[in-house]
Amino acid sequence: MDDIQLLASIESYLAGEMSPTEVSVFEALRKKTPEIDQMVVEHKLFQHQMEDYAATFNIKHTLHEVHNRLLENGDVNEGGELSTKAQVFQLWNRYKRVTAIAASVGGVIALVISGLVAYFSPVVNGNQIQQLSKDIEIIKRNQQYQGSLINEVKSKIPNGVTVISGGSGFLIDPKGFIITNAHVIKGTAAVVVDSKGKEYNASIVHIDTKKDLAILKINDEDFTPLKSLPYSIGKSNADLGDEIFTLGYPRNDIVYGVGYLASKTGFNGDSLSYQIQISANPGNSGGPVLNNNGEVIGVLSTRQAQADGVAFAVKSKNIFEFVNEAKESDTILENIKIPVHSSMKGTQRKQQISKVADCVFNVKAFSKK
Amino acid sequence: MKSEQNEQALLKGLANNDSRAIETIYKDNFSMVQAFVLNNNGSYDDARDVFQEAMIALYEKAQSESFVLTCQIKTYVYSICRRLWLKKLQQLGRFSNQVDNLDETVPVEEDLEIHEKRNAEFAIMDRAMKSLGEPCKSLLEGYYLKKMGMQELAAEFGYTNADNAKNQKYKCLMRLKKLFFSQYNIGD
Repeated sequence: MDDIQLLASIESYLAGEMSPTEVSVFEALRKKTPEIDQMVVEHKLFQHQMEDYAATFNIKHTLHEVHNRLLENGDVNEGGELSTKAQVFQLWNRYKRVTAIAASVGGVIALVISGLVAYFSPVVNGNQIQQLSKDIEIIKRNQQYQGSLINEVKSKIPNGVTVISGGSGFLIDPKGFIITNAHVIKGTAAVVVDSKGKEYNASIVHIDTKKDLAILKINDEDFTPLKSLPYSIGKSNADLGDEIFTLGYPRNDIVYGVGYLASKTGFNGDSLSYQIQISANPGNSGGPVLNNNGEVIGVLSTRQAQADGVAFAVKSKNIFEFVNEAKESDTILENIKIPVHSSMKGTQRKQQISKVADCVFNVKAFSKK
Repeated sequence: MKSEQNEQALLKGLANNDSRAIETIYKDNFSMVQAFVLNNNGSYDDARDVFQEAMIALYEKAQSESFVLTCQIKTYVYSICRRLWLKKLQQLGRFSNQVDNLDETVPVEEDLEIHEKRNAEFAIMDRAMKSLGEPCKSLLEGYYLKKMGMQELAAEFGYTNADNAKNQKYKCLMRLKKLFFSQYNIGD
């Protein structure tokens, strides 16, 4: 009897679909051959497992649906905006006309007031916070410094264009997707340089200036995708006092910095970022901020100009939201898989650094003519 | 008492995967669990995961025939969630703000142990299904999860008749069993 037939008869035997004569023949066979007996027992167990699996699978599905429905109706609230769609609709229908009038009056007033404010108010807060992207001056110097190198190895920065801005960035997917700050990317294309000095062409895939995040994709034949990333991107909030470290490119060589999480909010109570105590310099922007477990907890972005060592990092949670939003608008992002398991838990810092360094890049943005 | 009957009816609905009953339980209990998780160093996502896990544990319990819930659904769900979340925090090596012990809870350790075992079994089957590849995965999903008939499956997947589909199903099933048992026996 071949395997398929055997399996078919075991199934119909267990389901009670056999005729009495078939059953007696089959049971005799079971008694005679222990292997078949064993298979029947095994299959019964398997079927039971499959039933449990199907039940759990379906209940998970239902729970998911219910959650989303309740979220939509506003019965469940997950922060953000209260999505009381149904209610809003009712209110909208009732107050349509009033709203329209109020809105136009409000609009006019707002315009007048903002005009007045802009006219009369002094410039405040201009330099309190400093983005850590390298400005043109520094880049210019770097390029002069690189002059000698460029003669030996031809740079991938096209001739005749100037680098506008630069900073750091790190991989969020081994296939070559790099995350960095939006303010690092002021041009239309970029070249990224790894810790060994190798350059790769990269394209700008998605930018969100509000979250101050951007995604680059390495498009270069010379780039060999990594097997996996050593760190994970943290989903939950970090704790005050967590020891942290960062790697970045304030110079053309990679630089390590260490510090601690100083506050769960950023500049002026900004809840999208952390305040960290670390020495950061222009060029550190876009670098990863990691904790002892090798979890990325943020993206280093700005520092306070008048205070020493006070820097701010965009919370890693935003990376998930940012990538999900980006996925909707761009299909090449569909197969981005953000790493959620760190392989560096419990390893020594020196090992952690050498692993992370392979995934941190020097980003140089320029405008194509 | 009326409310007690009500709760029994809800649990029966849950056991039958009835989305209206689930919605009612969800509405009555979710915000309580969410508040607990958020107050203890968790995020909105954590709250959802913990709550849904507790719902599954309750569902498993409600399915067994000998099932009697000796306390209110609210108390049970809260106890499970509390246990799950504190455990998770411990695993992450993160502390919790001292959780006040004034809340009413019931012992759920045993139930959770059973639930964890089923969780592990679910993961094994899930992995086996996912490594099966197409069209086996969809075919078996159609048969076992969506409970489609052989005739229907043959039409959906483009087999010329139900017998061919059935033949293919058995081939896939044999592969799935192999994958499943290679993991399952190690787990024992």
